[in-house]
Amino acid sequence: MAYVAVKGGERAIDNAHTWLAEDRRGRPEVPDLETAQIREQLGRSVDRVMAEGSLYDEGLAALAIKQAQGDLIEAAFLVRAYRTTLPRFAASQPLDTADMHIRRRISAVFKDMPGGQILGPTYDYTHRLLDFALEAGFTPPAPAEMPEETGPVPRIHDILGTEGLIEPDLRSDAEPGDITRAPLAFPAGRDIRLQSLARGDEGFLLAMGYSTQRGWGGSHPFVGEIRVGEIGVEIVPPELGFAVDIGDITLTECQMVNQFAGSKTVPPQFTRGYGLVFGHAERKAMAMALVDRALRAEELGEDVKAPAQNPEFVLYHCDNIEATGFVEHLKLPHYVDFQSELETIRRMRADVVKEPAE
Amino acid sequence: MSGYNFAYLDEQTKRMIRRALLKAVAIPGHQIPFGSREMPLPYGWGTGGIQVTAAVLGPQDVLKVIDQGADDTTNAVSIRRFFARTAGVATTTHTADATVIQTRHRIPELALREDQIIVYQVPQPEPLSKLEPSRAETRRMHGLAEYGLMHVKLYEDITRFGHVSISYDYPVMVNGRYLMAPSPIPAFDNPKLNMMPALQLFGAGREQRIYAVPPYTSVVSLDFDDHPFRTTRAPHACGLCGATDSYLDEIVTDDRGGRLFVCSDTDHCETRREAGHTGSESPDVEQAA
Repeated sequence: MAYVAVKGGERAIDNAHTWLAEDRRGRPEVPDLETAQIREQLGRSVDRVMAEGSLYDEGLAALAIKQAQGDLIEAAFLVRAYRTTLPRFAASQPLDTADMHIRRRISAVFKDMPGGQILGPTYDYTHRLLDFALEAGFTPPAPAEMPEETGPVPRIHDILGTEGLIEPDLRSDAEPGDITRAPLAFPAGRDIRLQSLARGDEGFLLAMGYSTQRGWGGSHPFVGEIRVGEIGVEIVPPELGFAVDIGDITLTECQMVNQFAGSKTVPPQFTRGYGLVFGHAERKAMAMALVDRALRAEELGEDVKAPAQNPEFVLYHCDNIEATGFVEHLKLPHYVDFQSELETIRRMRADVVKEPAE
Repeated sequence: MSGYNFAYLDEQTKRMIRRALLKAVAIPGHQIPFGSREMPLPYGWGTGGIQVTAAVLGPQDVLKVIDQGADDTTNAVSIRRFFARTAGVATTTHTADATVIQTRHRIPELALREDQIIVYQVPQPEPLSKLEPSRAETRRMHGLAEYGLMHVKLYEDITRFGHVSISYDYPVMVNGRYLMAPSPIPAFDNPKLNMMPALQLFGAGREQRIYAVPPYTSVVSLDFDDHPFRTTRAPHACGLCGATDSYLDEIVTDDRGGRLFVCSDTDHCETRREAGHTGSESPDVEQAA
């Protein structure tokens, strides 16, 4: 009888990687995909990889998508593993999204407001019919020009805030936590929660947000505002002592207006749920805002009953790099543990068979 | 490897991990939260162990990596290559020659020495996780040494099955104080944890925890006076080296119930065969027959 245990792990890995490279390339007669094409034409994928990879770099995200054959979680993982080797040399100044160069801005709670409703490039009102013209190669007509902005576009929440109808966003000058440097601990502050959600898995947050709408921790949300656009990021280098613009990033921000809080002594106010995501990612920003609000249940004196309201449940499970690693690690050999289970179950079965005979 | 620091992690990160390790050694069995980093290998593949190894590895070290006791399992190969590439350290498959041993799911059969460090990859550092999902709550239970829940679980096992049904990751008390998950090693390996001369470090990357058992520390597997802890192994001798005291893998050889039992610790088995030991399925025996 031959010794059948798997030997030659080294050669197997090398061969697998070579095969993978060939598989990734596909049939050689089809032109190789350029990362610039991914960056320009698969923008929503690039945005998702930047958000979940928590690194704003369109070029690296595009490369990761190519390397991962379009597997976006794998691509986000590649980006994370690169990001982890970079030093943190500064924290940015807080961004004021009222100064955003707006591409899209809508509110569901007012028909019109200062700055207006701007649909921008949205799929919302498209008919989901496959467009075979795209397959044939199609040059789109130029869109209508948007009038130049005249100044900051105030956030709806600031408008509601002047009447005291919505809780104020408390300003804090405290240094925010950093989930990429320090372990998650509970109770987790809102800074930590929002950081975790901002790079959490879009699908997980979508399902969690959806569950709140179906009665698992509902909070009667309205979309106060969604805005998408470009905004400059500033840092203050210690050797200079003043703020320097280091470049523009695209952000999607969602402010939800939720049901009242209040008590006998404090008049009721709308409450807030907040979402902010790299790139153009409305679904993610909205889901994040729903989950953020649900996670505030305890702070707002609500019963914590639903999964979306449980910070440990949500924050420990929203990271898809962690989740995919641990789920997929079940592929690794577990035969030593399985062997011990075999011995245990054989012993248990032997006991059961023995006993009736006594 | 150019563009990366020695052993991949930057020095600040290593210092942070070493601080966590020092705390862990000072409080045996206590889980220390640490700022676990993303690694270029997935969570669940040993990111905690890799970070600990990266933090303790020096250029003179000799590294051995095993998975399921074997040096040639694909994940062990992958991690060994990672350090050969990023740290340029010497690697070995010989337990006796290694200064640092990273392991998944086994402790080598050969007794470890004072000048060796064993680094365990830990998927779930919280021994109470299956009984209490909230980490805020389990931290409190550890703080109060409130481990009744685990004893109840063992008791219930005994009343239902006649004995404890945990066959790996069997909970242990460290230094008479902290309940600890020994990582998914088979319960067979648990006695080796006790009073081990080598430093034992445990890294859980995804769960962001580090813990340790310093040399010569008491590690006791939970049990009851009338139901003492006992280990199990397949009741066979190794088919290749004839060992009757090593942990065995069961290999399915055909679809008619054929089985071959061989040492899970490949170095142990090879060393014995080199010393002339043979088993019932040794090639030499076959030739002789």
